[in-house]
Amino acid sequence: MKSDYIATIGLEVHVQLKTKSKMFCGCAIEYGAEPNTHVCPTCLGLPGALPVMNLEALRMTALTGLIFQCDVAPICKFDRKNYYYPDMPKNYQISQYDLPICQNGEVPLHDLAYPKDAQKSIKNADKRVRLIRIHLEEDVAKNFHFETTSGIDFNRAGTPLMEIVSQPDIESPEEAFAYLTSLKQALIYADVSDADMEKGQLRCDCNVSVRPSHQTEYGVKIELKNLNSISGVRRALAFEIDRQISALERGEKLSQETRRWDDDRGETFLMRTKESAHDYRYFPDPDLLPVKTEVFMPAVRARLPELPWFKRERFVREYGISSYDAGVLTDDLELSRYFEAAAKGAKRPKAVANYVLNDLLSALAAAGKSVEECPIEPQHLAELTGLIEDGKINSKQGKEVFAEMFASGEAPEEIVEAKGLKQESDIDAIKLLCQQTIEANPKSVEDYRAGKGAAINFLKGQVMKASKGKANPNLVGETLEKLLSGV
Amino acid sequence: MALSSLTVHEALDLLRRKEISPKEIVEALVKRIQEIDGAVHGYLSFDPERALKDAEHADVSLPLGGIPIAIKDVVSVQGHPCGCASKILQGYIAPFDATVIKKLRAAGAIPFGRTNMDEFAMGSSTENSAFGPSRNPWDADRTPGGSSGGSAAVVAADEALAALGSDTGGSIRQPAALCGCVGVKPTYGRVSRYGLVAFASSLDQIGPLTKNVRDAALIMNVISGADPCDSTTLDEPVPDYTADLDKGVKNLTLGLPKEYFIKGLDPQVEEAVRAAVAWYEKLGAKIVDISLPHTEYALSTYYIIAPAEASANLARFDGVRYGFRADGITGLSDHYGKTREEGFGQEVKRRIILGTYALSSGYYDAFYLRAQKVRTLIRRDFDDAFATVDAILCPTSPTPAFKLGERTGDPLQMYLADIFTLAANMAGICGISIPCGFAEVDGKKLPVGLQILGKALNEATMFRVANAYEQSTDWHRAKPLFGAESERLKGEK
Repeated sequence: MKSDYIATIGLEVHVQLKTKSKMFCGCAIEYGAEPNTHVCPTCLGLPGALPVMNLEALRMTALTGLIFQCDVAPICKFDRKNYYYPDMPKNYQISQYDLPICQNGEVPLHDLAYPKDAQKSIKNADKRVRLIRIHLEEDVAKNFHFETTSGIDFNRAGTPLMEIVSQPDIESPEEAFAYLTSLKQALIYADVSDADMEKGQLRCDCNVSVRPSHQTEYGVKIELKNLNSISGVRRALAFEIDRQISALERGEKLSQETRRWDDDRGETFLMRTKESAHDYRYFPDPDLLPVKTEVFMPAVRARLPELPWFKRERFVREYGISSYDAGVLTDDLELSRYFEAAAKGAKRPKAVANYVLNDLLSALAAAGKSVEECPIEPQHLAELTGLIEDGKINSKQGKEVFAEMFASGEAPEEIVEAKGLKQESDIDAIKLLCQQTIEANPKSVEDYRAGKGAAINFLKGQVMKASKGKANPNLVGETLEKLLSGV
Repeated sequence: MALSSLTVHEALDLLRRKEISPKEIVEALVKRIQEIDGAVHGYLSFDPERALKDAEHADVSLPLGGIPIAIKDVVSVQGHPCGCASKILQGYIAPFDATVIKKLRAAGAIPFGRTNMDEFAMGSSTENSAFGPSRNPWDADRTPGGSSGGSAAVVAADEALAALGSDTGGSIRQPAALCGCVGVKPTYGRVSRYGLVAFASSLDQIGPLTKNVRDAALIMNVISGADPCDSTTLDEPVPDYTADLDKGVKNLTLGLPKEYFIKGLDPQVEEAVRAAVAWYEKLGAKIVDISLPHTEYALSTYYIIAPAEASANLARFDGVRYGFRADGITGLSDHYGKTREEGFGQEVKRRIILGTYALSSGYYDAFYLRAQKVRTLIRRDFDDAFATVDAILCPTSPTPAFKLGERTGDPLQMYLADIFTLAANMAGICGISIPCGFAEVDGKKLPVGLQILGKALNEATMFRVANAYEQSTDWHRAKPLFGAESERLKGEK
């Protein structure tokens, strides 16, 4: 982005809550089920059917509000939003208008939430994006268009959908990326949504405008749609900001419009220009009585999770690992749980962290497995680092044992036993090997005594080789030094 | 006596004594319907085979065991059409039972036939039915009232022992009054609305139309109560509404609201109602004058709130998933426009447009919000009144049955038919209409209804007051000479 322009971005994020049943009926929620198999008179909008509130959806929304330090309204009511579209079975959507469950609040953007290539150049460290509101509504059905006909799948209709609206506090595509990443992470930590953008569990619309930096009033707002991944949001915003700046530089006037992002072509296309504002004729839904939130707030407070950014601090404090490592570990809830389960039983949690971040993550990636599918029990990983720590095996053997653990899921002790890998730590045996090596390599001994310190490494290697890699390398080093210096 | 002219409690007695069978009742009704419904047109459809099958399995030991009950075309009964007397629901067969139907079935009753009504319960004469009006059994040139006119007409004409109707602004009580039967609008939230096709959700209630007060109480015993499928139902115990029926009105205080005896009230109706009031005094009730000062705003407030809610409730009828779909559609908005233009009748469209305006931005505060505030004032009027009286007495309808076609060109005149009934819906209280005499018009005897309004959830007292009058008078026993009427109609054809 050119430095003499400022971008202003606000995001509207829709999040499907992972309740067992829909917002206003008892139908199950199942992604990818046969079309129209999870439907009933209520979610099909049949004549005479009535909605009944799913309190768990209210609790999850209030919980999300607590996570982002929103004000939770004392009374929760629902309104009807009137518009006609085939994916909306009642031709009104039950939503919240003037009294959203949550208002205000903020989402913190952490360094590791930024795209990897942008983490070194974060402009506003510890930035917080303010929220306007979080409200609850029902999701609509899904339209499918075939050659000559269209079909509607109502399985999704009535899924609880949380709308999170930010203030236009975001100033770059990277910040938008970080905002969505932080948001997603917190939602997963709170167990309110799986927030998978590909499955449509998290959907995002962007409002973006640019203005010359000397100008105080906002530029013309453009809305972006069809954003299907967090990185797609970043790409779309980057393109759109450039497009708008170029247009302004050419002296063109921008007009309020909605544009569609085409991720394959990497461009946005005009969908529609701003028509006169739609009148949704909101009014309170007479089928649903207002609910006092105080009834369930104590239970909601009890469900507040340890948030990723607090967990990260605690990992640094409790396990003596670096903030970066703690950040990567807490980035993924399951990974943080895995690490903690292993670290709890380990003598040196730092060693566990290293194993997790290096060996385990790459092994998982190579095997195409998620953390939940990890074949190694966390306590086995702790035991493995313990064996190395205690000198029972050396770190090279450690890698070999790890590979075997990953393949078989067996305990490290058993593998060490079965492969006869136990490290030689008997001082007399090592002394004998060292003496034999010194006698067999007078040249190196001479070099060492002449001041070439590195010569000892050759001797060390010879000893290790003679022990078939089983000798404790630290003991070998110490013993060689002692013998050579004639002590 | 034909079994079709039995009351519900008479039929229950005979059934339990095994003197008659449910099947015989159904057969008698089928015969009666075949004889006269061509002239009454109280039913839109009925399925004798299914009713006979249900009758065979009926358990007469249950509270309404073996009793067929006619159902207004606005209540969902699994496997039956539920068309709200509208073209737009053409071909729609309900795939589920309304909660009241489930309760009726559990009590042994047999849902029987679909009664005619004003389209989507919007109207006071059944003339808004897409399938032609029903006729008043007392004078076939006159309307049975509405919107539950079909239900009232079939009960009055002995084509049903009892019926269910729905009441949003008087749609049960007004036709009951015009047809000379008993009609109950329960307290809002007393009876589940699940399965009732919504007109105005905050006003609608399902209730019984019967030949006497005891029958209405028996049906209310069955259909009342909290329902997990309708969050606006009240979680209050349901008393036995027959328990206090015979306790009389001694020591009860009954209020006479001055706002209900106004210009425009037919003199013969006023005379009959005042005679009923005098009768109550004779029975030992204390009569006091009361005031419900916001009554004059009820009509205009109602015609903001009800159409506003209706404009959203009726949005779902778009021909996408069920019902009528217009031909020759060129696109999505054309689909909506043509389907709804052709599928809905005039009055329904009028109210949808009214309601759409009332909710539009810039008008919402002045209309809808203000109407809700006035509604609160109306509710308070009744709260204040019930602080001193046990029930309120007033006319149900300002006039006896009017002629078919007389008001169809003047919606406002039609709306005035509900002037005395709609405040009860606005306040959420209960009300009943019982026969209290006749007006004589053009040489025809036309029934007059007495309306008894009760405090919210105090149906028991309302029934007690109603029954005291009914049991000491004979009005409810009067029957229209419909056989003669139908003969006359046949002759005209």
